[in-house]
Amino acid sequence: MKIHKYDTVIVGAGGAGMRAAIESTKRSRTAVLTKLYPTRSHTGAAQGGMAAALANVEEDNWEWHTFDTIKGGDYLVDQDAAEILAKEAIDAVLDLEKMGLPFGRTPKGEIDQRRFGGHSRNHGEAPVRRACYSGDRTGHMILQTLYQNCIKEGVEFFNEFYVLDQLIVEEDGVKKSAGVVAYELATGEIHVFQAKAVIYASGGTGKFFKVTSNAHTLTGDGQAACYRRGIPLEDMEFFQFHPTGIWRMGILLTEGARGEGGILRNKDGERFMEKYAPVMKDLASRDVVSRSIYTEIREGRGCGPEGDHVYLDLTHLPPEQLDAKLPDITEFARTYLGIEPYTDPIPIQPTAHYAMGGIPTNVQGEVLADNSTVVPGLYAAGEVACVSVHGANRLGTNSLLDINVFGKRSGIAAAEYSAKADYVELPENPAELVVEQVERLRNSTGNERVADIRKELQETMDANVMVFRTEQTIKSAVEKIAELRARYKNVSIQDKGKRFNTDLLEAIELGNLLDLAEVMAVSALARKESRGGHYREDYPNRDDVNFMRHTMAYREVGDDGSDSVRLDYKPVVTTRYQPMERKY
Amino acid sequence: MATPVLDKVEAESAASPYITVTFRIRRFNPEISDEAIWEDFRIDIDPKERVLDGLHKIKWDLDGSLTFRRSCAHGICGSDAMRINGKNRLACKTLIKDINPEKPITVEPIKGLTVLKDLVVDMEPFFQAYRDVMPFLITEGNEPTRERLQSPEDRERFDDTTKCILCAACTSSCPVFWNDGQYFGPAAIVNAHRFIFDSRDEAGEQRLEILNDRDGVWRCRTTFNCTDACPRGIEVTKAIQEVKRALITRRF
Repeated sequence: MKIHKYDTVIVGAGGAGMRAAIESTKRSRTAVLTKLYPTRSHTGAAQGGMAAALANVEEDNWEWHTFDTIKGGDYLVDQDAAEILAKEAIDAVLDLEKMGLPFGRTPKGEIDQRRFGGHSRNHGEAPVRRACYSGDRTGHMILQTLYQNCIKEGVEFFNEFYVLDQLIVEEDGVKKSAGVVAYELATGEIHVFQAKAVIYASGGTGKFFKVTSNAHTLTGDGQAACYRRGIPLEDMEFFQFHPTGIWRMGILLTEGARGEGGILRNKDGERFMEKYAPVMKDLASRDVVSRSIYTEIREGRGCGPEGDHVYLDLTHLPPEQLDAKLPDITEFARTYLGIEPYTDPIPIQPTAHYAMGGIPTNVQGEVLADNSTVVPGLYAAGEVACVSVHGANRLGTNSLLDINVFGKRSGIAAAEYSAKADYVELPENPAELVVEQVERLRNSTGNERVADIRKELQETMDANVMVFRTEQTIKSAVEKIAELRARYKNVSIQDKGKRFNTDLLEAIELGNLLDLAEVMAVSALARKESRGGHYREDYPNRDDVNFMRHTMAYREVGDDGSDSVRLDYKPVVTTRYQPMERKY
Repeated sequence: MATPVLDKVEAESAASPYITVTFRIRRFNPEISDEAIWEDFRIDIDPKERVLDGLHKIKWDLDGSLTFRRSCAHGICGSDAMRINGKNRLACKTLIKDINPEKPITVEPIKGLTVLKDLVVDMEPFFQAYRDVMPFLITEGNEPTRERLQSPEDRERFDDTTKCILCAACTSSCPVFWNDGQYFGPAAIVNAHRFIFDSRDEAGEQRLEILNDRDGVWRCRTTFNCTDACPRGIEVTKAIQEVKRALITRRF
């Protein structure tokens, strides 16, 4: 075991982690621990754009963007945070441009902007061009630009270091962060990083679904490490299903395709979104579009012999426009489906995409131990966190924005904190839990296999807690997850070695997914209403009287060592927008 | 009622024309032996699936110790460049049906970088070459309040080389790099090109001098392996030629 000492440790090197690292490295001695090489992070898969009311191509202002974000989140958004997001969006885009990001340009040479779902002029009048983009690889360009600037700033990376435990120490009745414990993939060695401040920026949890746009590596590691140490998880029942994933594979096809004029059609060729969202049509918010697609499918208007998908039609767009604005996604259709998007519509279905919930933070990125108490020295930003700027449903382009705005904020806040704080003394045997976990898995002789349990988990999640949910389906998910968690105790791995043991890693990741799936299902069961991405067929309406509140899920450990999820709730911050009925 | 699609998808895949293929994989684990060996695995797979799906089937069903890097699984993250039937490709962008599944499919680590275990190589020399070309925008003077202006034509000038995902497929397909690991390699030159031809950048001369080095751009023998290998369709050799020309004319 090695012990390292840094002022600030950042867990994860996607957009949020690297944006934080650029700030914190300027101000404090910083280490970035990342289980992937930074440029492998899933920020790079984001396609369509990053919202900011630059008003480069038409009238726009940050206040309209704030409203759209709150309405898009079905009023579960904390409005103070949404204001910050929309206001600071403009500088966030300009910062990236100055760092070198090659945005698409207008004829005047300014940053060009395109339409995106849920973004509107003057509180819902019509779609507005607000998304700044770089072809359909905006996330790729953000990830590359941030990595390039990390090189410029001399950011210190520990690549393929996998954080498995968050050290929390109680001092004078206050829970404080003391550091993290990491597993080095190349050697199997365990490292303790003592740090005054720790920032989690480790991304989402989408791999507990089967049809998902998420990378294999998005297994909720940061959420799980914090949750196991008593940090609550907020609004985990809210998960976004992106309307246009490649049929059966789930690979993302950007909403920018519809922003450029693409149309969703059912088997009769009908532009069905006109029925569900007369004003915004194909550019309604993602939860609305995904439900509409499944409604078409369930009512027998799906495409193909099984009637199990609909079409994204780009055939009316000029090939030059597709080549210039949507080169990557048209190539995905050619590579994976053998379809030519110039002439043929693309079969799509909704795909699990984004966790609105996560580790609760305030607007400085400080992690909360309950509804209001800050954990000194602990921060989170990006998909792993819940500020909450996305509420019950995130708008497209607001995640690339979130990682930049709150990545920067948390990087500055953490470095400023570590400049004045003392180290918290490490617990007596800081790596105990990780050593025990790794040894148990390596030496297990149980008869359960990781791949089997993961497959069953993904199948139950897709079947029971996806776009449509009921008490009955969620209950069957809760039961199945409990069974799988029990079986996981007997899981064993074949690779017993120390060097690059990805067999072991996958087993650990599965444990994280199981813990988080339980939190999600239990949170969903208790929310007896429909709001944003959480749609209950048995409670089809939003219920502001009983459920205009954030879910806070805590891990409770019984005397016998068994654990369970305890739910509590937190009020929503409302500043200037009173909840209204949501129509697009 | 649950979302209806999934059972049908299951039914369809069960009915789909699975074929049996042999994966012949170069295995190496210094914890077990100093020698690398070929190992064959036979699996059933839908020809429309990816080589990466095949590797997952082997890892998940047959041999958990098979080791490779992967993440996004659709050609964006650059983790899974490997030598498949003798050519550098991304495992997640290569469909079984496109590489003649009648014969054994050979899978090896990319060449020219030290193999650490099975298909995992040491990427550090590759990233060091990338860092050496100063891959970040360098400007002088005060920053403008708003964005720097750039015409669509100027933006288009370096578009092709912004697509690079640093997978190393190009560099590790280059015979010059195989013979001399000191050579910067195509990927680093591509990323220098991305800044040299960016109208906003003011360090073109410096970057050109770096590439004018003994291990720089003149080592390129124009074999076009890199262009063939690039999973992003970047015209790598053309970019290298443009850098060479800029070195001669000092115009870029």
